Amino acid sequence: MSGFGGIAPPTLAIEGLSALYGHVEALHAADLRVEDREFVAVLGPNGAGKSTLMRAIMGLVENRGRVAFRGEPLPRRSPEICAARGVVLVPEGRGIFGPMTVAENLELGAYLSRAKAEFERRRERVFALFPRLKERLSQVAGSLSGGEQQMLAIGRALMAGPKLLMLDEPSLGLAPRVVEEILSILGALNKEGLPILLVEQKAPLALQLAKRAYLLSVGRVMAEIDPRTVASYDEIAAHYLS
Amino acid sequence: MTKSPRTISPEAWRRSIGALPWLAAGGVLAYAFVFGGYLTTVMSFALIYVIFVTGLNIFMGFAGQVSFGHNAFAALSGYTSAVLTTSYAWEPLAAFGAGLALALACALVIGYPTLRLRGHYLAMATLAVGLIVYEVAVEWKALTQGYMGISGIPPLGIAGLEVTSERGQLALLAIVVALVLGAAWRIRESRFGRALAAVAGSEDAARALGISAAHYKLTAFLASAAFAALAGSLFVHVVGFVSPEVYGLHMVVLSFTMLYVGGIGTIAGPFVGAILVSLLPELLRRFKDYQDLVYGVALILLLIYAPKGLSAMKGLVRKPVPR
Repeated sequence: MSGFGGIAPPTLAIEGLSALYGHVEALHAADLRVEDREFVAVLGPNGAGKSTLMRAIMGLVENRGRVAFRGEPLPRRSPEICAARGVVLVPEGRGIFGPMTVAENLELGAYLSRAKAEFERRRERVFALFPRLKERLSQVAGSLSGGEQQMLAIGRALMAGPKLLMLDEPSLGLAPRVVEEILSILGALNKEGLPILLVEQKAPLALQLAKRAYLLSVGRVMAEIDPRTVASYDEIAAHYLS
Repeated sequence: MTKSPRTISPEAWRRSIGALPWLAAGGVLAYAFVFGGYLTTVMSFALIYVIFVTGLNIFMGFAGQVSFGHNAFAALSGYTSAVLTTSYAWEPLAAFGAGLALALACALVIGYPTLRLRGHYLAMATLAVGLIVYEVAVEWKALTQGYMGISGIPPLGIAGLEVTSERGQLALLAIVVALVLGAAWRIRESRFGRALAAVAGSEDAARALGISAAHYKLTAFLASAAFAALAGSLFVHVVGFVSPEVYGLHMVVLSFTMLYVGGIGTIAGPFVGAILVSLLPELLRRFKDYQDLVYGVALILLLIYAPKGLSAMKGLVRKPVPR
């Protein structure tokens, strides 16, 4: 209507997304949205379908529903095309390539980009964020500590040049201090304008960063909340998840 | 001041142990070439298996998949070579071209639908194809002469120049093997090779990075089928005879043994494994009735003390930690 071009489409818009493992539906018609430059958290207990949601967005699991990225529909059966469009997932359990070196892992992150200069630029940025990766470049990724592996997984995702970064429980199995370090880096990335969709079970840290949060329980999006209005995760749990 | 003569750096140590399997296998090969005799025949077979196992290694070692049916591709190409050169007087090279095309077409038909699926669908499909091709070779007597086999296959050669001496054949095979190993090395170090390693590591993680797993698995399958086809055709020309047993289930068992004894995923592995496993029965002949027993014990010992294969023995020496 307006002469100023109207409102930009959201970075990610999900409508009625369901996911299936064989005949079992693990995610029921989820609606969810990530606006430009927004940090959104998805919270829920174990088995709520958080990983399934991420895998369904990427097309790593059989799914149906509508997923639009920057106003354009994303194919539902091709994680490769999602990645090429800039939707990049840091999978649960990190998914790093253990027998390869840190350098090779980072190289594979930039698999779709063949431009040398761009590759160097991205790598320098990853080193600036995670100086420890630079020290460990020639080390086999499987021999890194858990925290370093998570940093590598995020660094590798950044090598892909994401326009939306999705993370599936990056805090899993890490010491609180390391989790804080990683989340503060995610916060910094978001401040620079990178939209982030973060799935977490441990809510407090995610709630500090997120502008909005969704609550997921037994495969359903139960509520959308404003993190500033809740004092603690226990309060949320008491309200929605009991 | 006395200098200690025995200071060898750990890295040099590692490297020399890494070179050992190459040297040992190369040494046997050189011995066979110089002194000739029965060992030359054994080594010719071994080199053909090096090609076959190198192909299998691209699919199983580099891409982390499983195939029990690569013998089918060797059989398709071998029989095509045999039939076209004996009944239709084709040149061996042209006949191999036809055999390769047939093997690749077959690999595409099996690979395209099954490689999109995960798990053991492909392994099952390949096993079935191996058995089907064997049955066809036995039953289609008009073309293959069944168990009788096809004899009188001409030796390798181009435009009337034939390699008939055993030594000449061994030398020619050694050149082909060198090219094949070089190709495998190039594949592993390439962008394509990296993608295969990623797919082998975690298919989901690779796909989430934009690496098209199905596409690369299929390409690796076709490439490895091509190597199998090459081995299959070379075999019929070197021996001059082909029968269904040549490409039977025995070939699958033998090639798996070679791959794991040599070291799956490595370049040297298929080379070292094929030569050692071909040599073992000859070395163990003196044990007469206990030959199979000793063979089995030898394999078990190898898997205990070199679980990643002979070519990965340098891994037994600790790598210096970079500081």
